[in-house]
Amino acid sequence: MRVVERLVLAVEKPLKEAIWDCRMCGQCILHSTGLICPMRCPKNLRNGPCGGVRANGNCEVYADKRCVWVEAWEGSRRLPVFKDHIQHLQKPVDWQLQGSSSWVNLVSGRDQIAPKGWRAEP
Amino acid sequence: MPNPSRLADLLRDGRFVVTAELSSVNSADPEATWRRAEVLRGSVDAINCTDNTGAHVHMSSLAAAHLLVEKGLEPIMQLTVRDRNRLALQADLLGAAALGVRNLVLMSGDDVTAGDHPEARRIYDIDSMQLLEVAAAMRDRGTYLSGRKLEQAPSFFIGAVENPFAPPLEFRPLRLQKKVRAGADFIQTQLVFDVPLFARFMAMVADLGLVGKVFIIPSIGIPRSARGAHFMREKVPGLHVPDSLVARLEKTPPSRQAEEGVKIAVELVNAVREIPGVSGVHLIGIKWEEGVVQVAEAAGLLPRPTLSPLATVGGRG
Repeated sequence: MRVVERLVLAVEKPLKEAIWDCRMCGQCILHSTGLICPMRCPKNLRNGPCGGVRANGNCEVYADKRCVWVEAWEGSRRLPVFKDHIQHLQKPVDWQLQGSSSWVNLVSGRDQIAPKGWRAEP
Repeated sequence: MPNPSRLADLLRDGRFVVTAELSSVNSADPEATWRRAEVLRGSVDAINCTDNTGAHVHMSSLAAAHLLVEKGLEPIMQLTVRDRNRLALQADLLGAAALGVRNLVLMSGDDVTAGDHPEARRIYDIDSMQLLEVAAAMRDRGTYLSGRKLEQAPSFFIGAVENPFAPPLEFRPLRLQKKVRAGADFIQTQLVFDVPLFARFMAMVADLGLVGKVFIIPSIGIPRSARGAHFMREKVPGLHVPDSLVARLEKTPPSRQAEEGVKIAVELVNAVREIPGVSGVHLIGIKWEEGVVQVAEAAGLLPRPTLSPLATVGGRG
C-alpha cells in the first residue's frame, strides 16, 4: 500500500468507524443513503430496503436492531442537498476496494469505475 | 427469438392475468413437480418456481422451470441474490433462457437465518436492483455485466417484487420506481391482507406515473387453516397478517377452515381488482395447488384466455 493511502487510512478508518460504524467498502455513498452506512445491512443492500423489514421498522435478521434502510430513509429526508440521491441506482460493489481508503478512491476516481456492462446513468 | 413470454403478451394485451406459486419440491423425481404443476394447468397463465423459498433448500428454480417448459406450462423463474454471486447469477440466467424460460422474478431473498441452514454464508454480492439491471443488460444490450458480448441475447420478461407493507412505507413506491428504471417489466407484491394500505401504495405508485410503465400483480394468500395463518404471521419475514384474519379462521371449525380460507382469498381478489393499476393476481396456496384452482374458479377468473397465435410459435425455445 502506498504511504499516502496508509496515512489517510490512519485518519479515515477510526473516524468513519466511530461516527458511522463504517465497514470500509472503499466506495463511500453515505451522502446517497442519509449518512447511514448501507454496508451495515446484513444483505449489503445499496439500493434500498429488502422486503423483510419488520412492522416496527426493525431488521429482518437482527430483530432488536433498527433496519439500516429505515434509518437511511429518515436520514435522507433531513439532508438539505442530497435528499433525492437515495433514488440513484447504485452500481454493484467492487469488492476489490474492501479495506481501502474511499477518500483516496474518491480523489483518484477509482470508486467511479463501474463494470463495462453497467450503464452510465445513475 | 422463438417462444416469447405468453405472460407478457397477455399483460400487454390488457388482460387481467392470474399467476400462481408452485409448491417447492424435495424430490429427485420430476413427477413430483409435474404432479403439482398439472393441478394448475388451465387455471393460471404462468407459474412461479421459487428459489429456496424461506431460505429452505429445495430443488432449484431453474430445474423446476425447465420441467414446466417441457410440459408446455409457462414458468416464472424466481432468482435470489442470496445464494449466488454475479457469475453464477448470469450463468443461470443465460442457461434458463436456453432452456426456454422467459419470465423472471429477481429478488433479494429471505435471509439465511429464516431457513434450515442459518449457519450458511450469505452471498449478496450484488443486490436485487443491480440484478434487474444485469438481466436487462443481457437482454437489451446483449452483454454480461463485464461488458463481454453474448453470442445471442436472451429474451426475458423481467419481474421484481415489492413489499408495500414494510417500512419505510413512503420509500416503497420510490423503490418500485427505481426497479422499473433498472429494468423491471412487472412486479409481484408481497401478500396483500391489508387492502386499504395496498390501495394507498397503489395511489402513490400512480402519482409517480408508473401505471402503464409496469404491470403490478398483487399476491393473494390462501390460508388453508388457522394454524397455517398463524405460521405465516409468526415465521414468514415481511408478512403482515392481521389478527382479525387469524381470529376469523380460528372461529371456524377445523373441517371448514380450508373453505373459509378460499372465501377470504376470493374476497381479497375481488377487492384488489377494483384498485386502479392492478394488472392481475398472484395466488399463493402453500402446498395447496387445489386451493389456487378453487379461488380462480370462485373469483370468476376462469377460463383463462387461450394461447395467442404468436405465443404458440416455436414450442420449446
